[in-house]
Amino acid sequence: MKKNCLQLIKIFLPVFLFAAVIARGQNEITIEQNITVMGMTKPIPVSLEGFTGETLDVLKFDLYVQGFSFVTPDAAQYLISGSNAGNVQGRVTDRFAKTSLLARSYTGASLRREAHAFADDIVLAITGKKGIAQTKIAFKDEAPDGAGEIYVADFDGHNPQAVTHDGDIVAAPAWVPGRLAVYYTSYKLGNPDIFYHDLTTGQRRAIARYSGLNSSAAVSPDGTKVAMILSKGGSPNVYVCNADGTGLKKLTTTSEDSSPCWSPDGQWICFATKINARRLLAKVPAGGGGVQTLRTVGVSNPTEPDWSPDGKWIAFTSQMGEFDVCVVPASGGMVTVLVPGEDPSWAPNSRTLIYARRTTSYRYVLSLLDAPTKQVKDIARVSGSDSQPAWAR
Amino acid sequence: MKTTKLIFPLVLALAATLATTGCKHKPVGVTQLPGQKPMVGENNNPPTLPNTQPINPENQPGTTPLANPDVFDNMLADRAALAAYTIHFAYDSSAIRSSEKANLASVAQQLSGDASTKLLIEGNCDERGTEEYNRSLGERRALAAREALAKLGVDPMRVETRSFGKDKPVDPGHDESGWAKNRRDDFVLLHPKPGS
Repeated sequence: MKKNCLQLIKIFLPVFLFAAVIARGQNEITIEQNITVMGMTKPIPVSLEGFTGETLDVLKFDLYVQGFSFVTPDAAQYLISGSNAGNVQGRVTDRFAKTSLLARSYTGASLRREAHAFADDIVLAITGKKGIAQTKIAFKDEAPDGAGEIYVADFDGHNPQAVTHDGDIVAAPAWVPGRLAVYYTSYKLGNPDIFYHDLTTGQRRAIARYSGLNSSAAVSPDGTKVAMILSKGGSPNVYVCNADGTGLKKLTTTSEDSSPCWSPDGQWICFATKINARRLLAKVPAGGGGVQTLRTVGVSNPTEPDWSPDGKWIAFTSQMGEFDVCVVPASGGMVTVLVPGEDPSWAPNSRTLIYARRTTSYRYVLSLLDAPTKQVKDIARVSGSDSQPAWAR
Repeated sequence: MKTTKLIFPLVLALAATLATTGCKHKPVGVTQLPGQKPMVGENNNPPTLPNTQPINPENQPGTTPLANPDVFDNMLADRAALAAYTIHFAYDSSAIRSSEKANLASVAQQLSGDASTKLLIEGNCDERGTEEYNRSLGERRALAAREALAKLGVDPMRVETRSFGKDKPVDPGHDESGWAKNRRDDFVLLHPKPGS
């Protein structure tokens, strides 16, 4: 009897193992598709001819952070040529199809802005997707004593403008989608409070000034709601209110929440939390409901989630000793660790991320990362330590 | 002679073809870029911030809800009075360690001596941890001390919490000896302003 059992095991064990290997193999195939999208895609080789100085610098920067590489014409897939004598003019040719994709001239602005406009047209002509060369960012700039100001700038860090002049602790700027208006945290009145600030008129007002913590505002895609962290109920939790601060509603009862962000359809709010002493990402229906945890396989201590505008990915920071910028499918699953850094924010193109990178002197600089190709470039700096970037979308 | 006569028109024809095909690549569209307005308007930053609190505090379940912030207006901060009783925390934790309980008892005793005083607890973190994560952790640390003080008989409605996250380190060091000092709650005694 015993011998028979062993025989059976001998026969069936390999079968089971084989089945397990097949099942595992299938799993790995689906996971691998995600990995090849993020972090393992080859850049598109282009040649750039006829441009000089600032125009050339702008075109190279703009294209590099959207997944292009620069090669000689005989190795290029697309030939980009033109001039910046007086104004920017250029054309794009598909070297293999031998077709002209774009021929355009730009007038009425600085060479820098004309070059950004050309870069957007190049990206649209080659990829069919809208470029990001004329988008804006917000961030905080901090002096060594901890006081800072909220800034807005072009996506490459040029043309920075201070939004606040308070000389106090500030944090977590967030754009109102499609508008020149931001929410941010300021300690100007003593406590960390959340302010709404119209950039055009300079009008600002507190929308959350409760006892305890008021921070991490995040505006819904339609601009009508604001998610935030308040501790007035006795622990830091996710709340949501109308754009003007009315209609406040508590969404979570977990013990230590931070950094809410919205799904692009406005249905979910993803946030970092602690459950049973474990730090993880979770999501809650924006109208209220049960909290669901999000699997982040392969990393620990995830914080600072940001949902991609196309809805497919959640970028976040993991902490395993040092900080890393990571992406995970929005439904959770296997994580792709991209580069060392913190607090990623998606560009409108759902591929470029801006994040804070700590230098050897413990300052932060802002950097752009093209997530599919992992191409990275620092943006122009404001004087202090720059962190908590938010991409206008 | 004959061949050169034949070649000449051919060269002309070729040049003409090149010129016409070349024309195709010349910029055809002209994009006129609009004038750039500054992102931030001129009348920025009113010198005084409007002190609006548009929302009525509602009754939501929580651990120990906080008092309305108005209660703490018109108070003078005395940072020295309780400076000796700062408490410290383990890495990434808001649990009050038994070694810190004597300091909390001293804070409770000070508050019991004068019912007109209130307390501000400032929660702080070391630099390990992301910024907003630390702001929440610092708040948890301040709230943990508030709850411990409530058990010692201090009315929690007299206690205000404030988190600085990792923005206010007392030690600039980037090692455990610096971090250990920065993971702390500072206690600030609040006196009513004379005449209020």
